[in-house]
Amino acid sequence: MSPRDRIRNALSRGRDDEAAIVAYLTAGYPDPERFFAALEDVARVADAVEIGVPFSDPMADGVTIQRSSEQAIEHGVSLRWIFDELARRELELAPPVLLMSYLNPLLVFGYEALAERSVECGISGYIVPDLPYEESGPLNAALGERRLALVQMVTPVTPPERLEALCAASEGFVYAVTRTGITGRAVALPAEATEYLARVKAASELPVCAGFGVRKRAQVEAISQHADGVVVGTALVEVLERGDDPAGFVQSLRPAR
Amino acid sequence: MHEDANDHEALLEALIDGSLPDERGRFGPFGGQYVPETLMTAVNRLSEGVRDVLPSAAFQQRLEAELKSWVGRPTALTAAPRLGERWGADVWFKREDLAHTGAHKINNGIGQALLAQALGAKRVVAETGAGQHGVAAAAACARLGLPCVVYMGEVDVERQAPNVDRMRRLGASVISVTSGDRTLRSAIDEAIRDWVSDPEGTYYLIGSAIGPHPYPLLVRELQAVIGREARAQMLEKGGKLPDAVFACVGGGSNAIGIFHAFLADRDVALFGIEAGGCGSALGQHSATIAAGRPGVLHGNYSMLLYDDDGQIQETHSVSAGLDYPGVGPEHSLLKLVGRVDYETASDAEALAALDECCEAEGILPALESAHALAGAKRWADKNPGRRILIGMSGRGDKDMPILSRFPRSEAGVDVAA
Repeated sequence: MSPRDRIRNALSRGRDDEAAIVAYLTAGYPDPERFFAALEDVARVADAVEIGVPFSDPMADGVTIQRSSEQAIEHGVSLRWIFDELARRELELAPPVLLMSYLNPLLVFGYEALAERSVECGISGYIVPDLPYEESGPLNAALGERRLALVQMVTPVTPPERLEALCAASEGFVYAVTRTGITGRAVALPAEATEYLARVKAASELPVCAGFGVRKRAQVEAISQHADGVVVGTALVEVLERGDDPAGFVQSLRPAR
Repeated sequence: MHEDANDHEALLEALIDGSLPDERGRFGPFGGQYVPETLMTAVNRLSEGVRDVLPSAAFQQRLEAELKSWVGRPTALTAAPRLGERWGADVWFKREDLAHTGAHKINNGIGQALLAQALGAKRVVAETGAGQHGVAAAAACARLGLPCVVYMGEVDVERQAPNVDRMRRLGASVISVTSGDRTLRSAIDEAIRDWVSDPEGTYYLIGSAIGPHPYPLLVRELQAVIGREARAQMLEKGGKLPDAVFACVGGGSNAIGIFHAFLADRDVALFGIEAGGCGSALGQHSATIAAGRPGVLHGNYSMLLYDDDGQIQETHSVSAGLDYPGVGPEHSLLKLVGRVDYETASDAEALAALDECCEAEGILPALESAHALAGAKRWADKNPGRRILIGMSGRGDKDMPILSRFPRSEAGVDVAA
């Protein structure tokens, strides 16, 4: 199965009618050892894992992820480090793993080398918040040769025609930002959000995952009615900040059994 | 090599005849729109505004009226005979320091505030380094009755304290940014975050010829008045064009503003002077073009200072307005095609040039502008008897807190680096 299809399958509605969970962790945070412990734990309970490549200027992220990035950079974490550690540790991670990175670290690494190394290290796809569709040609071409996914993001202010184009261009899943704005702010799920998610679902053949601001079971339940999955980022980084159990937190977003 | 030269000539021709940037905001390989999807609708709407509203007769009349009666344009072209005698050159200043609020930034501030109003924005956010753009944005927004929020790095809030007070008195909210390197770059990160939160109602009034398309084009168009005036004034007052034009380059708005009118005058040499800071190692300077590589920051692909992992590097300059790791994409193209030479001046050279200008001409230049003076002086030394135009981008009153920390240098003698 291609890396793209792995993501798509993992996030498609399966056994129960619950939203899939994409769990985000900043690479090397709070420190390298605890990060890999958290990664293995979270991978046991999440449907996909998103590893954040720390960047000096994360302009689309809120203070929590910004702070975790700064700390990771201080620990010497880089894209190269992530690949090397993933290769060295030979982790058996069940769900597909994506990297979330701003463009400059990828550009500096080189797109061909990036695609090759991703396959070697078991990375299935990329989310690049400062790379809109119009600028994504060169990276998409390099990733496409290896059937790796470049996930497109859509937002509530994306016009209808553009929404169609982005959903058609996306691979793996479609990342629906549920609230205009930076990551990590609380989202209620007002009427316009449900209407918006319905529009995205209608435009997309891929699973649709809603992101930005999810932190409670009730929200996951509400989004489950309208999307295939949720992305949990800031809330999970906060769990690590507090020294709590990240896998336990992800599990708490699932229905009680 | 030969083909490269032809390609470069074609790119320069395209820049001169107005076909660059292209629709995608590309100046050759540089520029573009590297912003989160959340902002794409906003930058596309702004692109339409730049295409439709900016050139309209109604907008241009409104802008010209404000530039004349409120900004105080045209600014003077001043001969600098005593400095010229010391340097062995015919020296002229284009006096943006005489513009309202004390720097060229006001040309862009009032232009973009008018555009924000025309596009129906409810509030304006801006970033500032030295505080000059923040003051310009605050003043322009007050003039038009628009609420204004200015993001400023904590380090700059401290070293440019008088401007913080000015912005607040002009009605702006000034927010001190404590994340990242706490200078201009962090202020831009924070202004973009604000804009991402409300792309419909908020207008981002960027202060330099940087950011995603259409900003580099928009800011260039609004600052090009500097070069248009200066070129006409040189012909009128001196009967011919200068041999060389010097401007300081941080993000590069005043430099692109003065250079643009001279691009087609191939006999006029153009020099951009970057901040050499206190050394050549990463972190000791802000010499983006001289020492950087192409990369992506703040929405565009241009020359940039970063490490081997792609992390943006902290920069240094005695001048807050030049303390930035990126540079506008049009400058990267002008460097590539060889139309502009980019050099550096150190903190010490700039401070010495500032003192010399004060003593010889009775003009206190901004520390930013002092870099252009230092570059011009060095060139005059090697090229005696030439006519030199220097972009005096701003006045140095705002630099008094930092200048008081340095002993006055012997006029005309470089302080040892």
